Amino acid sequence: MSRLVGWLFTLPALVVYAVFVLRPLASTVQYSLYRWDGVGPSTWVGWDNYRAVLTDPDLHGTLGHALVLVLFFTGVPVPLGLLAAAVVRRARASRPVRAVLLLPQATPLVAAGFAWSLLLSSTGAVNRLLAAVGLGGVTRAWLGDSTTALAAVGVIGAWVLLGLCTTVLLSGVDRIDPALYEAARLDGAGPWREFRAVTLPGVRRQVGVCVAVTAVAALASFDIVYVTTQGGPARATSVPGLEVFQLAFAQREVGLASALAVVLVVLVLAVITPVLRWAR
Amino acid sequence: MRGRGRFGPLAIAAALAVAPVGCAAPGGELTHPASATAVPRPGCGVEPVVLRARFETGFPLAAALTEEFTRQHPNVTWDVREEQYAVLTRNAPRLLADNPPDLVRLPQVSDLAGDGLLRDLDGYAASFGWDDWPAAQLRPMRVGPGGRPRGVGPLYAMGFSTSVTGVFYNKDLAARIGLREPATLAEFDDALARAKDAGITPLAGFNSGATAGLVFPLQSLMAAYGSPSAIDDWTFQQPGATIDTATNAEAVRHLQRWLRAGYFDADLNATDYARMVDRFTSGRALFMLDGDWESAALDRRMPGRVGFFLMPPVRAGEPRAAMSGPPTFGIPAGAAHADCAAFFLDWAVTDRVARETTVRVAGSLPLGPVDAPLPAVEPGSVTAATLAAASRVVADGTGMDFMANATGAVLAESWTPRLQELAEGGSGPEELLRGVQADYADQIGR
Repeated sequence: MSRLVGWLFTLPALVVYAVFVLRPLASTVQYSLYRWDGVGPSTWVGWDNYRAVLTDPDLHGTLGHALVLVLFFTGVPVPLGLLAAAVVRRARASRPVRAVLLLPQATPLVAAGFAWSLLLSSTGAVNRLLAAVGLGGVTRAWLGDSTTALAAVGVIGAWVLLGLCTTVLLSGVDRIDPALYEAARLDGAGPWREFRAVTLPGVRRQVGVCVAVTAVAALASFDIVYVTTQGGPARATSVPGLEVFQLAFAQREVGLASALAVVLVVLVLAVITPVLRWAR
Repeated sequence: MRGRGRFGPLAIAAALAVAPVGCAAPGGELTHPASATAVPRPGCGVEPVVLRARFETGFPLAAALTEEFTRQHPNVTWDVREEQYAVLTRNAPRLLADNPPDLVRLPQVSDLAGDGLLRDLDGYAASFGWDDWPAAQLRPMRVGPGGRPRGVGPLYAMGFSTSVTGVFYNKDLAARIGLREPATLAEFDDALARAKDAGITPLAGFNSGATAGLVFPLQSLMAAYGSPSAIDDWTFQQPGATIDTATNAEAVRHLQRWLRAGYFDADLNATDYARMVDRFTSGRALFMLDGDWESAALDRRMPGRVGFFLMPPVRAGEPRAAMSGPPTFGIPAGAAHADCAAFFLDWAVTDRVARETTVRVAGSLPLGPVDAPLPAVEPGSVTAATLAAASRVVADGTGMDFMANATGAVLAESWTPRLQELAEGGSGPEELLRGVQADYADQIGR
């Protein structure tokens, strides 16, 4: 009887989850097996769309770009966030510092992308700064050069996500029992030792959350790329999210778009599952 | 028991999810409305009519024409929604299928016509006499059975005006290098070189994101070296048409020479359309290859200081070609007031005030019969220059559609990345054209 009541309580949530998450997911999987323009009749093509995703260099290239973005979106803000959290914890007046660190997270991504594209333009602040310190030779339109565009997008993403990581990690640090720090200090631990022995194990779960969230942000990135480069130049920054959008809405290849979306979901799960298991 | 406890909820949710999807294939059946026969005297009647329309944001002509139409036909009022062109393009199929208005600004119409979502306008063309106009004006809006080829078959869209592309120039900077309007491509090259030597950026260009603006100069060069009708054959998906030809390779090589000579700014691949126009209007480049849709704005921002000429031919005296596809408007198959919408389209190109409105607001040549009155414009304005150029292109029959319209994907997926590579010095002319042709064949074969 009590079990039944429990089920009744979860029913509304289950219905919402099924209708708005599982059903679209199932539809996507179904569409991925057809060739369909989104309106007219569809043709069953089996695994052909998946074969195209895995063999067409323009399509699987986008998956490679997404993995490169993980290096920037996860590899930069998580360590820097840890460092910032450890330093801010020891600082006396930490409130203003926290507010500043949270700022990137509070900026809408579109605004951040736009501001950064101005900073990184050929006449932007970044190039002016480089020229001022005698590095005029390396200046360029960072987002308009296919050798630097992906890294430039990565830097923007890292900046945006630094705020999130710092906030999450600070909340973890705050929950560590101060007695542990005191004990470490009595045992003669310096800042580095204290960080390794107390802070790091204490925020393991938060690190897991940060890695998972930032990796998903990189793999499923869309908005930053859409605002700054739209996948260009010469496909240097094309990512799966943007390609799914282009395929479905510009090229009306709903089947192929769905197949790429399914592959992206599988890739995200493959990356995230071990991280979450480690952090548990 | 424990296993059931853990997986029960998920299983139920999954069942709930999959049940409504079922196993039916996605999509509906195609409905092909019978080809229209001449509609006797289509009009808006005398009863109140509300015409529902979807127009493009930043295209004030459509709104201006609707206002004038209501002034002349007070029983017709409008429910207009404006959307970004890209949004309109992406949503067009669903909009036409699910909630068709009476009139819609559309991208190229092949797929929509092929899907049976648009009304065949041949019946209206017969009633209103559109068939008597120069055939080239309406050719881009004719679509063959199933959506291809274009350029033949029933009419599926109409426009208010024909656009024309060519070379705008800043008269102040032109005076500094003693520019005379070039009669040949070689003279144009010479002007570019002199501008470069004088420390002026010769060409304002854009080539960033998903829209490579280099496709404009490239198509102009292709038409100068080859023929506009050969390019149209390719754009209209005529069987056997190819872009990979010797004359087109010559055109790509010419563009490559411009790039290597530094005639464009170095950040071409990071410059978008708006920034290109800004650079030209703020006097930071001598030439800009663009279309007459900018004429009215240029006359406002730089009155009397901008000139225009059509891309010069390789040999002096040969006719000059230009891209001249009209912005297209279609009537959905499911439109409630199709007759009234068609009457409006005819009115927009035949009524005297409507034609004046088109010239005043958009700065472009109204479509219509050859002998239709041409509204007066300010002499010496760039609008006067582009109107004269548009009339010349219509008279010579050297207009061509934008080759970026060949398929829905060819601009974003093929021309853009390949021309961005060309701008970076990456790919060669033959490689570029071979690649575009392969992508095109793949896209129309799907």
